[in-house]
Amino acid sequence: MFKNTSTSYGYISIIIHWVMALIIFCLFGLGLYMVELSYYDAWYKGSLDLHKSIGMVLVALLLTRICWTVFNIKPKSAVINASKFETKSADYAHIALYLLMTMLMLSGYLISTADGRDISVFGVISIPAFSIAIENQEDIAGSIHNISAWSLVILASAHGLAAIKHHFINKNDTLKRMLKVF
Amino acid sequence: MKNIIISATILATSLVLGSTSISTQAAEYKVDVEGAHAFVQFKIKHLGYSWLLGEFNTFDGNFFYDAKKPNQAKINIEIDTKSLDSNHAERDKHLKGNDFLNVNKFPKANFVSKDIKFSDDTNAIITGDFTLKGVTKTISFPISKIGEGKDPWGGYRVGFSGYTSLKLTDYGIDYNLGPASTHVEMALHIEGVRL
Repeated sequence: MFKNTSTSYGYISIIIHWVMALIIFCLFGLGLYMVELSYYDAWYKGSLDLHKSIGMVLVALLLTRICWTVFNIKPKSAVINASKFETKSADYAHIALYLLMTMLMLSGYLISTADGRDISVFGVISIPAFSIAIENQEDIAGSIHNISAWSLVILASAHGLAAIKHHFINKNDTLKRMLKVF
Repeated sequence: MKNIIISATILATSLVLGSTSISTQAAEYKVDVEGAHAFVQFKIKHLGYSWLLGEFNTFDGNFFYDAKKPNQAKINIEIDTKSLDSNHAERDKHLKGNDFLNVNKFPKANFVSKDIKFSDDTNAIITGDFTLKGVTKTISFPISKIGEGKDPWGGYRVGFSGYTSLKLTDYGIDYNLGPASTHVEMALHIEGVRL
């Protein structure tokens, strides 16, 4: 039910998957929107605080998800007779999604902590900065954040389109399996 | 015998060359960036309610100054715009980005003096070309000599301060920071070590 089985994802995996997908697309939109705000917009300051707070929640979700994935079995492909090429490329795409999420969140953290400032999460807890900083850290981390955000959103969209293709064209359980426990 | 003559010639030549280089460079100074006895600071009003301060940590320069003929003084300073530091990384990133200095495209700002007129021993008006964000303008501003003399470690130093106000839109910075923040106040505090 909660844990994965060899044929199905459990509810923990399913919930984390969709919550993260939702948050990632919302934060991408918020990110694009907030950098265009001018200094006198009422949201100029609040949008960034919100982006950072939600981003830190996303870090917690990613860490939980990685642990959960490592300590659970991975269900077999829902595609019967999938070619080796298909399974391999699906595996690499999933690894790439995890790497991009990690790069995205780490770089975001490194922008805001470049001067040793903590990151406040909704004013409730604060995430401390590393004591080591590199020169122009905020600029380098900023470029990585921008590139990895676009890459992640593009790859995640392709991932979503692939799921829809499996559902409507190949008519298999790939998408359904991420919606309910079999 | 031949060796002695050659050695003597070399010695004499180097003495002559050495002494000429001392006399021509006697009033040539290098800005003491190594010892960080020089600062390029800026301040701008925040919302009209307070001053925001920052500085450029990396720059270099040299100047020519002779107290006997001060109006022949010359200076040039080159600032690495990527070194902007306002004690807040997120703000620094914004200020270095496209909305403000666009440091990737314009990594250097510099000032090259064209004319200096001392009105007394310490005060002068300096005129020169200032380049920021690819825009070069001739600006004039007051400077003052703070002091000069031997340092305790065998060198000779002289220091100046200068202040000027720059209109942001003159240098292609049109981001709206509010009506109180259209100009940035620049302060240059330099100490030179005589070469």
